Amino acid sequence: MASRPLAILNARLVDPASGQDERGALLVKNGKIADLVFGGELGTLSDDIETLDARGAMLSPGLIDLRVKTGEPGAEPKETLKSAALAAAAGGVTSIVVQPDTSPVVDDPSVVDFILRRARDIELVHVYPAGAATKGLLGERMAEIGLMRDAGCVYVTDADHPIVNSKVFRRLLAYARSFGVLVAHRPADPWLSAGAAATEGELAGRMGLPSVPPIAEKIMLERDLALVELTGGRLLVDQITTACALESLERGKARGLDVTATTSINHLSFNEVDIGDYRTFCKVDPPLRGEDDRQATIEALATGLIDIVVSAHAPAPAEDKRLPYDEAAPGAVGLQTLLPALLAFHHEGRIPLIDLMAKVTSRPAALLGLPAGRLAKGAPADLVLCDLAAPMVVELADLKSKSKNSPFDGRRLQGVVRMTLVDGRIVYRRD
Amino acid sequence: MSAPDSGLIDVLGKTFPFPKRHFLSVLDLNPVEVTDLLNLADGFVALNRQTSKKLDLLKGRTLMNLFFENSTRTQSSFELAGKRLGADVVNMSPRASSISKGETLIDTAVTLNAMQPDLLVVRHASSGAASLLSQKVSCSVINAGDGQHEHPTQALLDALSMRRAFGRIAGLRVAICGDVLHSRVARSNVGLLQMMGAEVRLVGPPTLMPAEADRWGSEVFHDLRKGIAGCDVVMMLRLQLERMDGVLAPSQREYFRFFGLDREKLACAAPHVRVMHPGPMNRGVEIDSEVADDLAVSLIQDQVEMGVAARMAVLAALSARLDND
Repeated sequence: MASRPLAILNARLVDPASGQDERGALLVKNGKIADLVFGGELGTLSDDIETLDARGAMLSPGLIDLRVKTGEPGAEPKETLKSAALAAAAGGVTSIVVQPDTSPVVDDPSVVDFILRRARDIELVHVYPAGAATKGLLGERMAEIGLMRDAGCVYVTDADHPIVNSKVFRRLLAYARSFGVLVAHRPADPWLSAGAAATEGELAGRMGLPSVPPIAEKIMLERDLALVELTGGRLLVDQITTACALESLERGKARGLDVTATTSINHLSFNEVDIGDYRTFCKVDPPLRGEDDRQATIEALATGLIDIVVSAHAPAPAEDKRLPYDEAAPGAVGLQTLLPALLAFHHEGRIPLIDLMAKVTSRPAALLGLPAGRLAKGAPADLVLCDLAAPMVVELADLKSKSKNSPFDGRRLQGVVRMTLVDGRIVYRRD
Repeated sequence: MSAPDSGLIDVLGKTFPFPKRHFLSVLDLNPVEVTDLLNLADGFVALNRQTSKKLDLLKGRTLMNLFFENSTRTQSSFELAGKRLGADVVNMSPRASSISKGETLIDTAVTLNAMQPDLLVVRHASSGAASLLSQKVSCSVINAGDGQHEHPTQALLDALSMRRAFGRIAGLRVAICGDVLHSRVARSNVGLLQMMGAEVRLVGPPTLMPAEADRWGSEVFHDLRKGIAGCDVVMMLRLQLERMDGVLAPSQREYFRFFGLDREKLACAAPHVRVMHPGPMNRGVEIDSEVADDLAVSLIQDQVEMGVAARMAVLAALSARLDND
């Protein structure tokens, strides 16, 4: 449906790509940003243009979330592509990268095709599949990286499964490089982290939970960085969460390696103490860290050492969460809370708004070479309008995901999404 | 009430009402409550030594033993405790029955809760399981061991055994030795003994010690002789045999050589030392029979007797709370 052109007036335009953060107005036409003016007005608008007074709310590129799990295909009662897309739209997220650890695994171009077709039919947000790095996520044989790239995969990853065999990982980096494909890898030593439900330390010890020392992240990251150096490959460090691994990352970047790092909003917002009386909604993978690690992660976000923030959206239904802690499924839904949770660092005065927004818009867009993620004439009209200061209480009933496993349950946050546009279509509007 | 001795009535009168609905962790208690429970348990020890051991304090109440992990001794201890107080006792072993097939812990709890028990005694292999269950049922939940987290009635009976042997807990130097890492008994004992003013030491190889155990307020030793030096109480923990096959310790014989308690090593402790063990013992692995069976030194038999009394105290206290609801 060709919608009427929409002029959004009196907005705070935040465009990390150009570094501009000013009052202004923006015109959406034919799915694109047809015009925008920082620090001024759009001029005379013809009668067929619908206008919206933003009343000073932030208008920024829609969020791009590089790590989202749904249950489709294979576990639709958990989450479908549609329910995840609805959650994304309500959270101001206009592009999601879905993980390959579905059933069947996304290790074949036909599954990539299936997901893209489903996403087209749903017509809400952009859905980009990540392909499996190895067949069946087994870490043994490379998946069809080239074919999956051509089918539409934006990077390859084995999701939560560490690729243990260094020879496999080396070949993967080298092979993927020749196709210009990015390899994402979760840094976790498989033996130290096997069976862990918490981060090793005084608290996990007292609670009697099987735990993993933070150093497990560094051990695997050091190997990965060494292999990137050897192969010249491109690595996306999937969720860095510890101070010790950040040191390694800093050195790797200083050596000029093609390395980009993400962290999750959960690890920025919570620490191990939030587990409290065995709250399984706070069981995530990697497990929540100590406060020192959380502070180091926030600091690395502020300095730019960490490039991107992901929601790490991982739906788990009640029956998988209402279990004893070590038996409960890890993961937290996060698409709808990513933006307000991230804004906390703006409200605290810790990280400038434009820098925060870069982590979820221009940086991921640049990494994947997406046309979105910026406010510019001719760019796709993927936009979020957000009342930065508006308070909200996270209520599970308000979550669009089929699974309601949010550690933010009951949390007070600031930043309410008023409207989300994808290719100029309004996919979410709060009245 | 059928003729308890007068001291017991006195204690009952002073103790109640016990302010807690559940008995999940020693950290939920304060020293006054612990002292009340110990006093009450002392009364029950006396009762248990009489020919007529039965009270009707819990008459009409239903106690359900829900043991997801097998434990003959703890289960029978609770069963006896419940019966001596006049409760109807039902033992459920979900593993052996159809209850747990495909059912989650919560489903099982809700099912059992519908049968209207008053007291639910739970043992489960996962840390936090008893707490989780307590959030879903309307009766009182007693933690009879949750994973590697806590075993609070064990700590209470250990404290009772120590107090009866030494006349006090405050100031005692207690070494807890062996597999601290996997031990819920150790965690509950550290919490309760420290609360009551004892000095607690943890002794074991680094592979069996939790990370940052030195921050629990206990000194950590990796040498048994040094660890038990001058101690009033040496509490040995059970070490599961499969953990000693090169996994966390190289072999049984090496473990016994360095961390097994025998007479020679015990000589490092205080002259009046008493030895404890939560049972069941691996003789010749963590403790030598000569030590375990020496009634002048060993409190191990007493611990079993105190177990029934301590559990009666907990049941009595919780049921008084039920009466007030």
